[in-house]
Amino acid sequence: MDARRAPRAVIDPKVRKVGFFAPPDPIPLNISPSVNSLSPVMIPPPRHSSENLNINTRYSVTSPSGEESIAISSSSSELFPPPISPAPSSRIVAGDGGGIAASSFPRGGFDVTAVKASIGVPVCKLTTVSVVNADSLAIDEREKADKGGGSAMEVKDQAMNSKQKKEKSSKAERRDLQEAQRAAKAAVKAEGNKPSGSVTSVNLKSAKAAKPPQKVDNTSIAASEKKGGDRPSEKDRKKDVPHPRLQYDDKSRVEKAKRRAVVNQTEARNRVELFRHLPQYEHGSQLPDLEAKFFQIDPVHPSVYKVGLQYLSGDISGGNARCIAMLQAFQDAIKDYAVPPEKTLVRDLTAKISSYVSFLIECRPLSISMGNAIRFLKSRITKLPPTLSESESKTSLQSDIEHFINEKIILANKVIVNHAVTKIRDGDVLLTYGSSSAVEMILLHAHELGKQFRVVVVDSRPRLQGKVLLRRLVEKGLSCTYTHVNAVSYIMHEVTRVFLGASSVLSNGTVYSGVGTACVAMVAHVYHVPVIVCCEAYKFHERVQLDSICSNELGDPDVISKVPGREDVNLLDAWANTENLQLLNLMYDATPSDYVSMIVTDYGMIPPTSVPVVVREYSREQVWM
Amino acid sequence: MPDVHSLVNDFVNQLKKRKIEGSQATAKQAAELLRSVISQQRVPQTNQATALINAVRAVGEKLIAANPVELAVGNIVRRVLHIIREEDLSLATAAIAGLELSPGSDDEDDVERDDYPVLSAAAVAAAARSTLRPPSLQTLLEDTPISAANPHTSSSGGDSEGKSRSVDKSSRGRKLKHDVIEAVNELIQDISTCYEQIAEQAVEHIHQNEVILTLGSSKTVLEFLCAAKEKKRSFKVFVAEGAPRYQGHLLAKELASRGLQTTVITDSAVFAMISRVNMVIVGAHAVMANGGIIAPVGLNMVALAAERHAVPFVVLAGSHKLCPLYPHNPEVLLNELRSPSELLDFGEFSDCMDSASGGGSLHVVNPTFDYVPPKLVSLFITDTGGHNPSYMYRLIADYYSADDLVVKRRPATGS
Repeated sequence: MDARRAPRAVIDPKVRKVGFFAPPDPIPLNISPSVNSLSPVMIPPPRHSSENLNINTRYSVTSPSGEESIAISSSSSELFPPPISPAPSSRIVAGDGGGIAASSFPRGGFDVTAVKASIGVPVCKLTTVSVVNADSLAIDEREKADKGGGSAMEVKDQAMNSKQKKEKSSKAERRDLQEAQRAAKAAVKAEGNKPSGSVTSVNLKSAKAAKPPQKVDNTSIAASEKKGGDRPSEKDRKKDVPHPRLQYDDKSRVEKAKRRAVVNQTEARNRVELFRHLPQYEHGSQLPDLEAKFFQIDPVHPSVYKVGLQYLSGDISGGNARCIAMLQAFQDAIKDYAVPPEKTLVRDLTAKISSYVSFLIECRPLSISMGNAIRFLKSRITKLPPTLSESESKTSLQSDIEHFINEKIILANKVIVNHAVTKIRDGDVLLTYGSSSAVEMILLHAHELGKQFRVVVVDSRPRLQGKVLLRRLVEKGLSCTYTHVNAVSYIMHEVTRVFLGASSVLSNGTVYSGVGTACVAMVAHVYHVPVIVCCEAYKFHERVQLDSICSNELGDPDVISKVPGREDVNLLDAWANTENLQLLNLMYDATPSDYVSMIVTDYGMIPPTSVPVVVREYSREQVWM
Repeated sequence: MPDVHSLVNDFVNQLKKRKIEGSQATAKQAAELLRSVISQQRVPQTNQATALINAVRAVGEKLIAANPVELAVGNIVRRVLHIIREEDLSLATAAIAGLELSPGSDDEDDVERDDYPVLSAAAVAAAARSTLRPPSLQTLLEDTPISAANPHTSSSGGDSEGKSRSVDKSSRGRKLKHDVIEAVNELIQDISTCYEQIAEQAVEHIHQNEVILTLGSSKTVLEFLCAAKEKKRSFKVFVAEGAPRYQGHLLAKELASRGLQTTVITDSAVFAMISRVNMVIVGAHAVMANGGIIAPVGLNMVALAAERHAVPFVVLAGSHKLCPLYPHNPEVLLNELRSPSELLDFGEFSDCMDSASGGGSLHVVNPTFDYVPPKLVSLFITDTGGHNPSYMYRLIADYYSADDLVVKRRPATGS
């Protein structure tokens, strides 16, 4: 990390200013490329496209350091020998073209999709690095949908790659180029791009970032990417900008995504208008279908398949559990993986992982923590030294995953427990909501330490996770009080601390967590009870969110109409037949940061305002670990 | 009398067993019961009003004790007491007025005159004023003289009078009883039609394309929304289901069947959705004199979320829900804990309770009501129009006489 950081700093002091955090402006991208490169890593939701990006990133990452540059050259040569020749011509950088993405030849497609999405990602334009990624992705082949422009872009990209090699030597030159390009961009904003190779790394990152947001769409994205492979350059600029996610109200893209999907999903009837942009499918129909297909789906490794089914059926839930299950499945998959003839491990494996990820997304949208873990894995893959043999690479990757699980999840939890326990005093009444593994460990640990306290478990329909937590706590001999979320203002009088888990903490301090958390935090805030959020740092994300509507996950609406154990509540059994009636089962909500007194992470106890710092300083490390 | 006794006992039992749900149904039944109490109450020759008041009080005390949290019962008892006082007063003033117009002209007037032989001039003046003007502030300011004077005068009048006028008196007593029963009938009428009057105001508060959130089920809210719908307003409604009773399902089904775009959400999603809501419209269990409301559990959370997002929080309440009491620690004292079985099945945790004998314990808290403080309420809509929370005390003074605020202790001191 450090080594890399230093180079960055050297490269661009400006970068820092322009900033990570500053929302991505296409223009600024040039300056910040180095920075951008870092940030892109953060991109949460992994996708095919993202995979591609990762590949790029790896190169790009290397580029900052001397080694990296070498790697790039080598990679580029390997990957794109033919393209390279054209590249020089393209080199012009056509800054405006923006699509520096060199990748074009093999499968440059990567990020184009993102660009297509028009979600605003377009801003970043990937540099040469991106090109490489594109190659890695086979996705392009599949989808050649729209982007005719992509080809041109590719050419440029190639050129860019070549340039990069050369240019890397002089950063000043790059900057100049960038400056010039910026001017050009200003003129043609849409296409703004960063020709110079230096930017490439940044571009890659941005591209990645852009991609991840689109979850289910991987397929669609991939398709778009194929042709657009060059486009990644646009993405580069955006580095830090949260990647646009697939918007389900975009019919054409959804159609594309569907064509590629393994899981047959039926659109839910009675969809809620406000959430058209989120996937709303019939639940319960996919599982039998998928089970039947168990022996037919080649591309998906059985372990991954199993995990996917477990997500679908809800057998595995909870951020950490899902993340660990996924990583372990990937471990299995990597173990059984063999590089096909005439392919390189890095590229093929990345594509493989991407296809797994898209399968998992079809089963259930990824959590942010899973996105971060996938990003980590991909960055490890792309950074594999080419000198390693296949088996060595696989071993290295498996140990990397193991390391991630231990370090980022298990150890992190222990650290959090140790921090948080200091906040529990004798006589406290601790309130928790739902079921958080971190909070549970804290409570149990405090109990083991002999602290005298009472626990209030607040629960809510339809998931009733609190019941599970309650059972485990009561079995361990804790004194518990159980109630439902509506009664939280009744019970809050006696509470002295509120401990909450989180699915993710966003860089504006918003806590993205199971639905209802915001209500509990709000009531606690009103009653002046401190709210302590426990969240591992690997769940932090650079994205920002103000409400719970723009990004969320919709659960099965049917579970709302049925109340287990209450046969008398059956009024809504036939709800789907009533035209005017919709049931909305939100899975997450966003808790404003002013309700949160403190966030306990593996890096210590911080106020919500410090989240962006952690995201910036530590998340990269995670990727490069 | 046995009739009334059994009626009262039935009602008391129902209240105790919480068999009657909804403050409107309770209020209506209480009013009907009190009406039969009044009609069966044998009116003495003298001080009929006191007799009626004492009878109503005795019954009212029982009813209130049966379910102290069901404030509507107490409200109705006080309303009926107030009605008796008002009718008595208006009869008296009418008599005096008649006296002034045609002094000594007929027997009826003599009776009246004799009835109030020791009535002080001030009291007469006060009574006259109170019939001419809205009673509220007057009664507040001069309640002590009036209330003290009426029973006292009538009783002293009774004492001083011989039996000679018994015929006249009984006719006046019947007149009082008749008037009171008429007024109670009106009250019952009001209770059952308060929806309509509240719903009439719907169009003034709901505009096109509005998004409205409500929690649980309230007939008043249902009628209110449907009235707006009938006026061709199109708007969307989010219904939070209102655990643990899930009455929101009922409301949602009704609304959808009447053609409103309805979305059911879980209670926990209220905070997530409130930012897209234009207005929160809810019913209340009772409205306290300070403008706070006792409402189905969960509404405090909704009100806080609404306040956070500057969404107006509108409470619909019929006048029978207006309670003249000021709440103290209402979250606890005006609350009721329902059966834990609504949250956890009996026996569900029995296995771990055994193993937890080492010190673990499990409590389940399932409150029925929430208290929403007045500062969180934007507007009350009652059958008399829209009001600020800070105005509720004044509105309430219209319906109750200050002597009746404490139903229970009055008998000890008053009689």
